[in-house]
Formats: sequence, C-alpha cells, structure tokens
Amino acid sequence: MTQNASGGGSSPESTAGGGAGSALQGGDALLQVRGLRMHYPVRGGVLGGRIGSIRAVDGVSFSLRKGETLGLVGESGCGKSTLARALTRLETPTAGRVLFEGKDIASASGAELFRLRREIQMIFQDPYSSLNPRMTVGEIIREPLAVHRLGTKEEQLGKVRDLLETVGLGADMVGRYPHEFSGGQRQRIGVARALALDPKLVIADEPVSALDVSVQSQVLNLMVRLQRERGLTYVFITHDLSVVEHVSDTVAIMYLGRIVEQGPVDQIFRSPAHPYTRALLEAIPVPDPRQRKDEAPVKGETPSPVSPPPGCPFHPRCHHAIAECRSTVPELEVMETSGADPAHAHTAACIRRHEI
Amino acid sequence: MTAEPDVTSRGQLVLRRFLRRRLAMLGFTIVLVLFAIAYLSPLFVAWQYDELDASAFLSPPTGEHWFGTTQNGFDMFALTMRGMQKSLVVGLVGAVLSTALAAIAGAFAGYFGRILNAAISAVMDLLLVLPGFLIVAILSPLFQGRTWLFFVLLLAAFQWMITARIVRGMTLSLKEREFVQAARFMGVPGWKIIFRHILPNMASLLIIDATVNVSSLILAEVGLSFFGFGIQPPDVSLGTLIGNYSNAALTFWWQFYLPAGFLVLLVLAVNLVGDGLRDAFDPNAPSRVT
Repeated sequence: MTQNASGGGSSPESTAGGGAGSALQGGDALLQVRGLRMHYPVRGGVLGGRIGSIRAVDGVSFSLRKGETLGLVGESGCGKSTLARALTRLETPTAGRVLFEGKDIASASGAELFRLRREIQMIFQDPYSSLNPRMTVGEIIREPLAVHRLGTKEEQLGKVRDLLETVGLGADMVGRYPHEFSGGQRQRIGVARALALDPKLVIADEPVSALDVSVQSQVLNLMVRLQRERGLTYVFITHDLSVVEHVSDTVAIMYLGRIVEQGPVDQIFRSPAHPYTRALLEAIPVPDPRQRKDEAPVKGETPSPVSPPPGCPFHPRCHHAIAECRSTVPELEVMETSGADPAHAHTAACIRRHEI
Repeated sequence: MTAEPDVTSRGQLVLRRFLRRRLAMLGFTIVLVLFAIAYLSPLFVAWQYDELDASAFLSPPTGEHWFGTTQNGFDMFALTMRGMQKSLVVGLVGAVLSTALAAIAGAFAGYFGRILNAAISAVMDLLLVLPGFLIVAILSPLFQGRTWLFFVLLLAAFQWMITARIVRGMTLSLKEREFVQAARFMGVPGWKIIFRHILPNMASLLIIDATVNVSSLILAEVGLSFFGFGIQPPDVSLGTLIGNYSNAALTFWWQFYLPAGFLVLLVLAVNLVGDGLRDAFDPNAPSRVT
C-alpha cells in the first residue's frame, strides 16, 4: 500500500488502556465470536445421503473492541468469506456463537435479526457486482433506509446526499446509474450504502482487491477516515498483507477454516510465530534483489476442507513439521512476546511456536 | 411484465439500435398499421361483421365489399378486421400473461430453492410433456359461452414453461451477485428482492420473450380456432375464418386467402419486431435477420 509505514497507527487506539487484567470477554468487546463452525454437507452415493462435510469454518473464536479493526487474512478457500457470511447471518452457522453487544447473532431470528442488521453492515468485494445496474445511486443508497423505515422520504434523500458528500462523490450524483462510475467510485457508493444505517460494525470482504492499486489507497484512506469520524469497528477481510498492515489493529491469520495466529498487527509483522504466517510474510515482494529469503516457500496446495489432514492442518506443507504435528491438533496459545493486554494477546496455534 | 424503470443511456442505446434496424422498424410499422385498421376501420366502413347483405352472396371483392362476401352475405373485410382484433388481443394478453407467469414462477423457483423449486420444476416438467394443444382443445368446450379470457388463460398456461426455466437459471446466477446479497443483508424480504433486484435485471429477456410469445400465441389461437376449439361463434378470429373457408380456397378464394394473408403478415411483422428487439438488447447475439 502507500507510504503510511506506521502500521496500525492510522486508526485510533481507542480504549486500549494498559493491561488492567480485564478478562478476554471484557465488557468493551463489540463483537465476540466463540467456536464458530460452518460446515456444508457433501451429498452423494445412491440415496444422495450425507457422505461428508466441507469444513469451511472450523471453530473460529476472536473478539473485537469498539473502534478497532481486525484484519482477517488467508489465501483463497481458507474460509474468510464464509466466515463473513456467517458473521452477518447471510448463512446460519452450524455451531458457535456470534455475540454482538452480548446478543447472539447466530441464533437471532425474525425481528431481532432485522434490528441487528441495522448495526452491522457489509462492504462487498466486487464493486461491479455489488450495485444493482438498474437502480440509480440514490435508490441504491436509500434502499437500506427505506427497508428499515427510517425517517420520511425527504429525510432519507437528504441523508443520501450527505452520504455521497461524505464518501467524496457529489450530491448531484443521486440520479446517475452505476455504469457511469469507475470502480473506485462504485466502491465509494458501496461504502455510502453500508454507512446509511449508521452501523457500529462494518464487515468489509476484500473491499479493495478488485480495484487498481492507485485507487486502493484512496478507498482505504476513506475507510480509515470514516472509522475515525464515526467510531466504526471493522472486520477487514483480505488476502493482501500490506493492506492489513495499513488499516488493522489486530490480525487473525486463517488457514483451512481455522485461525492459526492472532495478535496485534505490529507483533504479527515483527515476530510471526506460526510457520504459515512466516510464509505469508515471506511472500510479500521486497524491492531489493540482494535481500535473501531465509524461509523456503510453502510447498504444495491447500488440502481439501472435506478431508482436512489429521493433527495440525498445516503440517503437510510445513517445513518444521515433526511427528507430533501429525497427531496433535494445536490450540491457540498465548506467546510470551504477548503484551499485558489480554484482548490484544499474541496467540499462535503451533506446538513448536517457541522453538522455530 | 416488469416495466423498464430507466430512461438511461442504456435504454436510449437500445432504442437507437432498434430504430436503426430497417426490418424491425418495418415490422413495427406493420403491426401498428394492422392494429389501427383492425380497431378503427369498423368506425368508417359501411358493413359490420354481423350484418348481412342480402343482395350480395359470395360476391368477389368489389367497391362496396372490398374483400368480397361470404355465402350468407357477410362482409369479408369486416369479418377479417374483427378476426384480427381478436387475434391481436389474444396474442398480446396471452403473451403478457405467460411471460409474467414465467417470470414469477421461474424467479420464485430459482430464488427460494428447495421445496418451492422442486414443486415449480415438477409442474414445469409435467406441463412440458403434456400435449398442450390437445388439452386446451379438450378443455375449451367447458368454457364455451363464457368470456374468451378463459381461453387466453388456458393458452398462456401452456406457454410459460420454457421461459420459466430460463428465468430460473438466470435467477440462480443473479442470486449470487453481490447486490442481491447486499439486499438480503439489509433485510429486504425475498419477494421484494425478486421484483426489485432480480426481474429488472432480466427485463431484456422478458421483453423479447413477450414479443416472441405474441406470435406463437396468435398461431396457437389460430390453430385451435381452425379446428373449432378456440374462439366460438358468433365471435370470429382469424383462425375461425381460415378454418371455415379453407375449402373455398380454390373456388371463392377471397374468403380464404385474405384472412390467411393478414395472419401471415401479422405474425411475420411481430417476429421481425422480436428479432429486432433481441438484436437491439444484445448486439452480440447471432442474428438471423440482418
């Protein structure tokens, strides 16, 4: 991303005081995810019965404080987007809890779910697919307001104009259609739509990966600015580590439906503990041909989530794997490099995390 | 039918492309002219379709009876115009009904999936294998004496399945588009998503389909009426005329060839419009008529 070298410094360190020993489930957590699982049945055989399941998300837990940004990183197929769909109840999780301000999204239904949807909004990946080509920009941004019956039509239209100004498009754009805009402008429209309901939590699923690099930073800076102005909390899903470094406070690395490492952005980038995180960081191109890579690249392909390998899911591709890795499923354990603040603990799921 | 909501540059582009197609414009003009004379001519001509001219039986076309008369002294021009009115109305109403049915059934099956999908698909498959022509022929006497709308409903009921399948397929792919996800996410109810986000995005398909359906419904009506199962006397349609006077084709030709000629002209013109619309909406589609 752009020059803003100071990692997560771009967003406010809000309430993160010294480590006053508050438990991980501290009252200031806006979003807590506990043991979230999303399994899809695999049908087959003569009777079309269930012969297995795709474990797209397999026991994910994290918590997120108000005003902070969690960067969710992983390669394609690791379950990032499924996690987003489960968090937002586009799909109902198989198991686990998603607590938003203490209310469980995963089991909410009907009117309660409808109310929760006002608080949580989503920014989509592909700005060419996320806006209905048959609706004007004004209609697109007004739709959430109309659905939730907030204010009169005049108030809603006024709000739409304000939002367009906020995201850096003119208020006179309301009558235009999406095809008249560039990718970056469309993504701004998507951001405006996500903000229409004044949500507390915004889930951004690869919001800039479909954009040109020059436009990416504009949209990212817009999102960071909005976070500062409105106290938004972001779950920022991406496969681009430089984007994560730019916007996040904490990072969670996903591999095959699980979080393998989690912690404050500077610690993850400075001292990655999990071999997979290291490999990802190694994969960032460094503009210096003399700098040698000290970690061999990861070999092979991601295993199928239908039949994940026993033990540590990463062991077939790991250079540091030992016999025990094949049998023991590692849990997220706190690293000793971790700071005193438990909500910002640096954790890794690797049994050799201290040796390598 | 879903109305085209936008007067955008896209709509204008489609219109411009359509206007540029000479054959499509020709077809469109012919349809308009046929419409106009079918409905307006009875106001100006001397003889109405239900009036007998006792002084002219089986008269060939003359200055007074432009299309000649029948054995009973009915004016052939008035009959043809009356028949065309019926055929046009049956075609248009039937096409709109069947396309609307196809749009709704296909979109609901595709969007809601599972049981609804299975149920609607089963109905579609069933209706596809049933001989629609025969069934309408068998059922239509039940509606005899009642309004012709039943007949149109019956025709439309056997016309929508293939389009519904296409709509279902398109719905399945549109459903995965992010703007539909976004709407779901906002809490927009499913039926509203279908009418606001899914169907407008296949408006071009539906418009083309409705146009093409007009001609196939006109033909279906004519076919049934030809065999006496469609429009019932005293009402006339192009089909009843052609059926009644087909044995006069070689003797008192005006009774057969004039209504038949109008039928051919009408269906040809509607098909030209349909082709033109398809080309205008999708310039990359392989075109049969240039």
